[in-house]
Amino acid sequence: MKNFMQGRGFNILIPLIAIFFGFAAGAVIMLFSGNNPIEGYSALIAGIIGEPYDFGETLQRMTPLIFSGLAVAFAFRTGLLNIGVEGQLIVGWFTSVYVGLAIEAPMIIHLPLAITAGAVAGALWGFVPGYLKARFQVHEVIVTIMMNYIAMHVTNSLIRTYLLDSGQRTGFINSTASLESGFLSELTQFSRLHWGFFIAAAACVLMWFILWKTKKGFELRSVGYNKNASLYAGMNVNANIILSMSVSGAFAGAGGAMVGLGTYQYANILPAFTNIGFDGIAVALLGASTSVGIFLAAFLFGGLQQGANMMQSRAGVAPELVEIIIALIIFFVASSYIIRWGLGRLTSRKGDK
Amino acid sequence: MVEYVIEMNDIRKEFPGIVANDNITLQVKQGEIHALLGENGAGKSTLMNVLFGLYQPERGEIKVRGEKVNINDPNVANDLGIGMVHQHFMLVQNFSVTENIILGSEPTSRGTINLKKAEKDVQEISDRYGLRVDPRAKIEDISVGMQQRAEILKTLYRGAEILIFDEPTAALTPQEIKELIQIMNNLIKEGKSIILITHKLKEILQVCDRCTVIRRGVGVGTVEVEGATESSLAEMMVGREVSFQVEKGPASPKELVLDVKDLVVEDSRGVDVVNKLNLQVREGEIIGLAGVDGNGQTELVEAITGLRKAKSGTISISGTDTTSLKPRKVTETGIGHIPQDRHKHGLVLDFTIGENVLLQTYYQKPFTNTGVLNYNLMYEKAKSLIEEYDVRTPSEKTQARALSGGNQQKAIIAREVDRSPNLLVAAQPTRGLDVGAIEFIHRKLIEERDKGRAVLLVSLELEEVMNVSDKIAVIYEGEIVAIVNSDETTEQELGLLMAGGSKEAGEPAT
Repeated sequence: MKNFMQGRGFNILIPLIAIFFGFAAGAVIMLFSGNNPIEGYSALIAGIIGEPYDFGETLQRMTPLIFSGLAVAFAFRTGLLNIGVEGQLIVGWFTSVYVGLAIEAPMIIHLPLAITAGAVAGALWGFVPGYLKARFQVHEVIVTIMMNYIAMHVTNSLIRTYLLDSGQRTGFINSTASLESGFLSELTQFSRLHWGFFIAAAACVLMWFILWKTKKGFELRSVGYNKNASLYAGMNVNANIILSMSVSGAFAGAGGAMVGLGTYQYANILPAFTNIGFDGIAVALLGASTSVGIFLAAFLFGGLQQGANMMQSRAGVAPELVEIIIALIIFFVASSYIIRWGLGRLTSRKGDK
Repeated sequence: MVEYVIEMNDIRKEFPGIVANDNITLQVKQGEIHALLGENGAGKSTLMNVLFGLYQPERGEIKVRGEKVNINDPNVANDLGIGMVHQHFMLVQNFSVTENIILGSEPTSRGTINLKKAEKDVQEISDRYGLRVDPRAKIEDISVGMQQRAEILKTLYRGAEILIFDEPTAALTPQEIKELIQIMNNLIKEGKSIILITHKLKEILQVCDRCTVIRRGVGVGTVEVEGATESSLAEMMVGREVSFQVEKGPASPKELVLDVKDLVVEDSRGVDVVNKLNLQVREGEIIGLAGVDGNGQTELVEAITGLRKAKSGTISISGTDTTSLKPRKVTETGIGHIPQDRHKHGLVLDFTIGENVLLQTYYQKPFTNTGVLNYNLMYEKAKSLIEEYDVRTPSEKTQARALSGGNQQKAIIAREVDRSPNLLVAAQPTRGLDVGAIEFIHRKLIEERDKGRAVLLVSLELEEVMNVSDKIAVIYEGEIVAIVNSDETTEQELGLLMAGGSKEAGEPAT
């Protein structure tokens, strides 16, 4: 048991316990607000896996969450807090849709081009805070937060001025740039599930590969742990900071492309942040900044968001409760120290007897 | 009258995979200074953490003043009058001495802190034991030695009768060490008892009454210090005979390797701390750089290794001008660098020991091919280096953080020496290490010299400089004020030169 506590198993245990506590607290809240937690949760589960449609929508929702989670985690591994995933995702969304609208080309060129455009836009949005951090020691958290607002208002303005088609959105992208999949959609009772899901899964592998298999990944992790020793070992710390923020932004931008080219097929004037980027922080945290963890955490949060509808319609539970549960899970993950301490207490007492 | 204030009988403490303490018995008499001696990683700190209530032993009993106690919490230890002066001080930098001392047990009257009274109390204790600490001084403004005294005051303020000093001299200057010894004697006179954790044999002979030795987690025994010698203690600690005199033949200097000309370097405040410095190191010789801390040694080393820009002057290595090259370029021209601060510059503590051993070469073939790092090959190489340099680690995939200081340093040396650099710069390579590790490192430096490498040894310990180097360059206020042959000089002469004394005292070699 003690070996287990020190090792990997313990790291997996903590998010699981945090999730359990999150749901338990959610159940208490339901009781107080006059709902039956068993009914509520069974509705929630039905809302995630009850029908193929729900499952398809869950996978659709988790697709951009994977990307935003990867973006946060990638920067975090290099010792940077990228709070600007939201903005990077918005510019990625906009740019990919613009390329999808403005260019005519066969799919084999057009689709990769549109996705790449989204990733590049996100990368540029990440490059700016990275550069400011490396060159002038401006804290990336402040810059990225501000860049979020710039991203939202600039893209809104561009859509309003140049691309407005009907109501609050642009026209639909050319089908050659679309991630839509008739096959996946049919399979899931015409949900909005699209090919982007598989791209997201591949992105998980990509992040793992970069960080744990390449020379650059070695440097990025080294810089993240100890800038001084990295500098001493001849690494270019500043270049790595900029690179890390750019790659992080590229993940976020690609996530935006998934939303634009896959889920909606257009970009619209955003009345507020999408929150996909901010949820990425939660996904990365729950997933312990590992590829597998992020995939699973994105599934959980995507599922919760999807299942919330059913909770409301079938059990009469307010969908905001789901937000509270997510918040509580994050709270418990963040206070993993307490869990660690509690478990330590538990096992050491066993040891005494 | 109880004979022992502290008795730890037959203590055993296990961690996953390791037995950190086994069969250790420590008995401290009232009013004595009792040394706890052992190499780094021998289990001294573990034992003290057991006494302090941070760990629970798997076996054994603890008695305080003859009564069996169960210390399961540091607060219990506090209540029993056990106080610990940590190696790494636990002080709030921008609080005053008094504020730090009362932290956690603030004397209050009607909800407000009575700082005046506290200051008076602190002053009183300080006077009684001759600590000479200003209770109102801010921690960040006082020297390391003073900070340590604030730590001592903290334990006394809380009524400690038994004080544990964890490697107290590691960060102190020779003068501060003298004063500390005086303070310890004062404490004993006032009836306190002291446990001194250390691996410095001289200090034990100087101040301690008795000495308990631990070797690789197992108690070796307790001896009276009177009658013991440095070598007898060292033998107990290491388990074999240790040579203090470094064995080395005469140097045979050849081609010039490091050539520093008129070098000026600024420190981070923009002050010139290296002033028109000239220094040469040749193949096959060890030049020791002696000087009082803060006379430009750090900045000189940083300039040579590319970590700091030179303001003017030139540095060349084997004929290549490296003055303003980036660290990696400098490294590639053939420098090995054992940095002064191994945790800050030497290692990425969260990386595995294998990753650390390859930290300077990971990007080269065969480890990296077209951007992909071959971790298997890397760990294979690391494994052989770890064996060759006798780095004691459970595995090459163990976090560097988990190793003892000596083994961490050996890993750095493995990394730096294995690249066969023309110039090896060793900055305080043995700081905080035990005799076994020091011996190993000194031997390595001389081995490298004999292989025809140029070695620059920067150290604050005169004894080390004198034993290991062939010539000694004395640095004072950023200048080399004298170069002397190490076998022709004396500590007194060097001391004088280091303090800026007249150059005539030492004969400058050409």
